[in-house]
Amino acid sequence: MTINAPAKPPGAPPARARRTPGIEASRARTAIILLLPTLIAIALVAGFPLYRTIFFSAQEANLTTPDQSVFVGLQNFWFTTAEGIGLGFMQDPQWWTAVRNTLIFTVFSVFLETVFGMIIALVVNSAFAGRSFLRTAMLIPWAIPTVVSAQMWAYMYNDSFGLIGQGLLGGQALLADSSTAIWAMIAVDVWKTTSFMALLILAGLQSLPGDMYEAADMDGASKWTQFWRMTLPLLRPALLVALVFRSLDALRVFDIMYVMLGANVAASTSMTGYARQQLIDNQLLGTGSAVSVAIFIIIMAIVVIYVTAFRVKFD
Amino acid sequence: MNLKRTNPGLFYLQRTLFYLLVIVIAVYLLFPFAWAVLTSFRRAADLFLPPLQFIAAPTTIDNYTQVLNNPSFRRGLLFSTIVAVGAVAVSLLFGSFAAYALGRFRFRGKQFIMYIILAVSVFPQIAVLGGLFTLITRFGLFDNPIGLMVSYLIFTIPFTVWVLTSFVRDIPGELEEAALVDGASPLQTLFRVLFPVMMPALVTTGLLAFINAWNEYLFALTFMSTNRTVPVVIANYSGASQFDQPWGPIMAASIVVTIPLIALVLIFQRNIVSGLTAGAVKG
Repeated sequence: MTINAPAKPPGAPPARARRTPGIEASRARTAIILLLPTLIAIALVAGFPLYRTIFFSAQEANLTTPDQSVFVGLQNFWFTTAEGIGLGFMQDPQWWTAVRNTLIFTVFSVFLETVFGMIIALVVNSAFAGRSFLRTAMLIPWAIPTVVSAQMWAYMYNDSFGLIGQGLLGGQALLADSSTAIWAMIAVDVWKTTSFMALLILAGLQSLPGDMYEAADMDGASKWTQFWRMTLPLLRPALLVALVFRSLDALRVFDIMYVMLGANVAASTSMTGYARQQLIDNQLLGTGSAVSVAIFIIIMAIVVIYVTAFRVKFD
Repeated sequence: MNLKRTNPGLFYLQRTLFYLLVIVIAVYLLFPFAWAVLTSFRRAADLFLPPLQFIAAPTTIDNYTQVLNNPSFRRGLLFSTIVAVGAVAVSLLFGSFAAYALGRFRFRGKQFIMYIILAVSVFPQIAVLGGLFTLITRFGLFDNPIGLMVSYLIFTIPFTVWVLTSFVRDIPGELEEAALVDGASPLQTLFRVLFPVMMPALVTTGLLAFINAWNEYLFALTFMSTNRTVPVVIANYSGASQFDQPWGPIMAASIVVTIPLIALVLIFQRNIVSGLTAGAVKG
């Protein structure tokens, strides 16, 4: 019997009262059927490719001839030849530079975004003339495609006519020097995503009960105390989930570095840039996959740390 | 208000500082884009002028005519549209089935499936890049918009499923039960009863997924060689010589691509915020 054509004997009670185990089971079957397209699509575009990546991470393989791969175990990660040459990607200093830069990028951009986002959200949450204008303005950096904002900032950083590169810094090539480039990247990312953070914090702020603040005002608590003792603790759950997602986005950053710095510098500025260079530019399917697996493990480890340390709930 | 009477000096100082902060925030958020718009209306020779003279320099729409006549940019717009619309259409269809099942049905393994979908939405795209590349080339889909479209499902499907599920949960159950009593099949219930109610949610989710797909860069760069999408075209926009960056046309192209998105976002402002919070905070 399916739910589509319930055989109703005459005088049977309405369907709602008849939630028998049979109906439950058939509803469960319907649910699975409804989920099938999604599950198949996810298996096809995420599951199977991920399996392939893990498989190739233990193979020596070329991108153009993936079928002629040879099992090499963990040699893509770590392998020293008889002459003492380290061939595993973990022996490549460029990889570790990329890891360090990605971590710097993540920590600073997410921190600055949270602070700025909090300030903007608090300002927009208070009543003043021009509030709705600022609320609208907030959406603009977020709506601009990443590649476009990368180009806009690359133009401003330009050392011969950029407003920042030429105007503020008098012709310093910010992007050419890797020690300054990482901070230039952080500035772009903070500009682009602060408004996203601010929107999420604003949504959290607006769900806080107003009478609580009235009571606090009555008791003579200063705005400062109210912020630290009430607003921040109550915002914690929303803030943490936003932090997790922003951190994960920052860890897999690719676009702005690749567009603004070019493939080679991007490879030592972001883990993803390094992986793509190995995989696509160098055609090293095995090494590139091994790097991808490493990034996957790093990101999943950070998720687990976040979720267990802060008891983030997603439901 | 009290402060205004007891200490007007401090009150007006606070007001002034607050509005100063508002102005700083507004300039910070809007200036880079405004500067790009201005640049898109300036001639190449005027780019070297100091800022004040640059602002006063004559306005031209040459950059825009050049960009719109550029065949690779026009092809980019076409391919971006095909790929993004396709990915969003498939995701909304599959996603609403899944959201209906996850939001309305009780069954074993539901929690597990929800965690799988959440895990995919935080997936680093790079983790599947190599695997997808070999699959796409094997099926002869390299440089084919269909291959790119299918690969975009990796982020559009989890996103639509999560956001739509939270919307489906908020729909009162009586609607669906009434349909059930009338003997409607689950698909009929979904299409006839829930879809009309879910319309605003579908529009919002579709729009957000569309923006994500429209902006995607890593897959577009890797899986297409001649049929480039707009972000890749803009990133690679080059002038007559390799060392000459044509900033005017690049900015014009950027504005052409951005204005529709900004317009959509401003029109659907309220929905966007609710969709974003549903999508980001809940997954």
